[in-house]
Amino acid sequence: MTFQETIQNLNSYWAKHGCVLQQPYDVEVGAGTMAPQTFLRALGPEPWRVAYVQPSRRPADGRYGDNPNRLFMHHQYQVILKPSPDDVVELYLLSLSEALGIDLVEHDIRLVEDNWESPTLGAWGTGWEVWLDGMEITQFTYFQQVGGIDAKPVSAELTYGLERLCMYLQDVDNVYDLAWSTKVSYGEIQRQFEIEHSTYGFEVADCEMLVSLFDTYEQEVKRGLARGLVLPAYDYVLKCSHVFNLLDSRGALGVSERTSLIGRVRALARGCAEQYVKVREDLGFPLAGAEEDRAYEGGTLCE
Amino acid sequence: MSNSQGTSLDERDAVLEIGTEELPARLFPELISIMAESADRLLQEERVEYSSVRAYATPRRLVLYIKEVAPLGRPLVREVRGPTYGVAFDSAGKPTRAAIGFAHAQGVDVSDLIIKEEAKGKFVYAISRVPGPEAGSALKDVFTRFIRGLSFERAMRWGDGGFRFVRPIRWLLALLGGDIIDIEINDIKGDRSTSGHRFLTSGMIEVPRAEDYFDILEEAYCVVDQDKRRSIVEKGIRELAEGVGGQVAEDERLLTELTYLAEHPAPLAGGFDPDLLTLPKEVIVTSMKVHQRFFPIEDREGALLPVFAAVRDGLDTRIDAVRKGYERVLSARLKDAKFFYEEDTKSQLETYVPGLKGIVFHEGLGTVLEKTCRIVALGEAVADRLGYHDDTKAKVKRAAQLCKADLITNMVREFPELQGVMGREYALLAGENEHTARAIFEHYLPRFRGDVLPESPAGVILALADKIDTVAGFFGIGIIPSGSEDPYALRRSISGIVSILHEREVHLPVSWLATKAVSLLETQGALTRSSKETVDDILDGLGQRARSSLIDRGIRYDLVDAAMAIGFDDVPDTYKRAEALQEASVTKEFVLACTGYTRASRLAGSIDHGAVDPSLLSEPAEKTLFDALCMAEESIRIMLREKDYSGILKALSELAEPIDVFFEDVLVMAEDENVRRNRLALLARIPSLVRAVADLGKVVEKAV
Repeated sequence: MTFQETIQNLNSYWAKHGCVLQQPYDVEVGAGTMAPQTFLRALGPEPWRVAYVQPSRRPADGRYGDNPNRLFMHHQYQVILKPSPDDVVELYLLSLSEALGIDLVEHDIRLVEDNWESPTLGAWGTGWEVWLDGMEITQFTYFQQVGGIDAKPVSAELTYGLERLCMYLQDVDNVYDLAWSTKVSYGEIQRQFEIEHSTYGFEVADCEMLVSLFDTYEQEVKRGLARGLVLPAYDYVLKCSHVFNLLDSRGALGVSERTSLIGRVRALARGCAEQYVKVREDLGFPLAGAEEDRAYEGGTLCE
Repeated sequence: MSNSQGTSLDERDAVLEIGTEELPARLFPELISIMAESADRLLQEERVEYSSVRAYATPRRLVLYIKEVAPLGRPLVREVRGPTYGVAFDSAGKPTRAAIGFAHAQGVDVSDLIIKEEAKGKFVYAISRVPGPEAGSALKDVFTRFIRGLSFERAMRWGDGGFRFVRPIRWLLALLGGDIIDIEINDIKGDRSTSGHRFLTSGMIEVPRAEDYFDILEEAYCVVDQDKRRSIVEKGIRELAEGVGGQVAEDERLLTELTYLAEHPAPLAGGFDPDLLTLPKEVIVTSMKVHQRFFPIEDREGALLPVFAAVRDGLDTRIDAVRKGYERVLSARLKDAKFFYEEDTKSQLETYVPGLKGIVFHEGLGTVLEKTCRIVALGEAVADRLGYHDDTKAKVKRAAQLCKADLITNMVREFPELQGVMGREYALLAGENEHTARAIFEHYLPRFRGDVLPESPAGVILALADKIDTVAGFFGIGIIPSGSEDPYALRRSISGIVSILHEREVHLPVSWLATKAVSLLETQGALTRSSKETVDDILDGLGQRARSSLIDRGIRYDLVDAAMAIGFDDVPDTYKRAEALQEASVTKEFVLACTGYTRASRLAGSIDHGAVDPSLLSEPAEKTLFDALCMAEESIRIMLREKDYSGILKALSELAEPIDVFFEDVLVMAEDENVRRNRLALLARIPSLVRAVADLGKVVEKAV
């Protein structure tokens, strides 16, 4: 199963289970959780089911295209089920067997406690790392708080690590050897990106400029919020967070400076979260109360 | 539990199974005992008659199994006191309206009222018998209260609901014999169906009777009894290790974790490339245990073999795919580690030190490099103060310079739990002295509650220096732990300092240590508070820690206060004094002596009454006391030199009788002013006897 087939299979599976298939968000993020499809949609009472691939940048994990497992940018397959259905674990496990062809008796699947917390997003949840024969392939979280606001209802978030999962499925030890399609390898597409961004992140990025960008973006969030433009404001929160990650990867931040910058991003994210809920409320929570019509369970929404 | 009703034929077992999504393994085994205690208490409170109750847990269920529940619970005999006899009965012995009203209110006949003689007179009593509750309804209350009563540090909500539990509850099995107990929690009703192993069975399974519960689950590949699973794991990995001629180092935590990570544990062995054994042992062991939950296997000499023992949750056949997966993951991790190790060792450890400038320790407290410089200065000062000679001082200095360098290395960035360990390994590779290397590792100790403490002199000194600097720094900028807020784990540093001083018997005055650390930070211009306030707060924190640690050791709190009231600057000495007090406190004589001590110090007050004039002593009792005091003072002087606090308290205890007789026979406040002054002067010498041990005035519990 190629990289792209894996995505396709997950898409059909989750579409069948009522998910909207969205495209990756177009601002750099460190994880699929940060994309507004998750962070903002998890807020408030509106039900929501979505699945999307999110390229996620982790500058500190860049390895110049040398390391078989680590990447500056990896791909997450993100699913949000809000509210979390009673059979959410079974639905997830079925995605492994039905969509990805993993024999659950032949293999060792574990749900190992891992409570997720994002200080930058003022968010936390309870859940697990899902282990497939000892390898973590998915992060499974029940959001309890998002942007400092209690998640009601609770969303279930499933984050598949696509590279790892595919390495397992394709039985390869090096991420660059993955077959993206039958004709083109992962390395052929991504290696140059990895080399250049690792070099840039570790050696070239101008820390002073990044610090000043952080300040500028922070101001822009505040300006946006002051004008009631929560979505553009949130884009700048994401930019702050990315700049922070770049600074962090340079080892330019000490413990306390880190804490302080994280606190600033968190304050911004909270501001957006609060305003988002208000804006949606003013709009009359357009997606609320419509579960029956949209037949989330049956999946007619996407067909 | 005795059965007062019912015959054994009527007794049935009961079971409650809370079916959940995968529970955190860290909850166990504590949760099992909490469950058992809570169940026992609730069954008593709801008056259920049963023979035993046990708690079980797997990753997906919490279970109570109650054996031999009687159909009816314990009846209740209720006694209610009514009016006095005089009010309840008239002179002719006939019940009054008061008696009739009382009997009516209590639901008994007037003729059944009984009369009891009490100290305050005769009273009327109504005795009513409430029959025992039916087992089914009592169990319903027990189960409901049990589930609602379980509390978790990180409870969660799920779906639309507001109910909180540690993980979502998905089903409830609640049976008494073959009958369903109709509980309902968060819209889930008690039923007779359960779920077997997640992957080896499918759908829900019916359990006809509680008595069939374990067998049915066993057939469904779920070993409910944790003790059984534990022995499967333990035996399995031991045999696997023996099979390759090795042994498994004991690790209770990992064993417990694996017991609660599988419903159907199946041990299996795997291997890795022997070339990877060139990595330091801790690196390999950390990768295996912390990241993969594998057991490392060692040879007889304790050297690692290139194999591991693991536990899957599933069948013990068809394990090849799993083994291959396990091996692949471990190998990837170790190869990563090897890459880091090789990168790191391309430079000597000391070359990383300047890089510490790039890591801010805390805003306002400067960089880790600045912290390192303070540790160097503080370490040298402590070594000086403790009278170490130049050789040790040189090692302290070198180790202090290098102690944080490994923070820059790839390995520690990747495996933060290896800080200190890598410092030691890289120091050795760089040809540093063995003691220096050891001190680098030891300066982080203790890393958690119950962890080992530093042993080498240099390690002890650096551990103290690093921790007091951290505490002084944060306290000096107003970050002081309060309630549950302690983001920089300052309490751990404080308790580390106290344990090291005590366990390693370091007679280093804490006031000196705190003042020194604060003054170094002050020189750096880092503090936002006055140094006096900061030092006071640090000493307060250290004192509180010493106090609670002493109480944890089983020393009565008032004795701890008595010992600490005269100071705790010398921590090991404070422990010794408190322990001596505890030891002495069990004797009658000591209790008596304390009473005498208190009376004497109250009478003598803090005024100087001058010296005792023996010629003014007239009564036999005061002469006896004077002689006894002189002897005690002499022996205490010698014992004080040896710090024999038990001996001193014993000497005081021996004075109990002469003091007691003195107070019986002698009038202290004599009319003659000189005699009075002389007697007060005599009494004033009693508190002075033990003032180097404790302030016995703080001893509040006088009874033995």
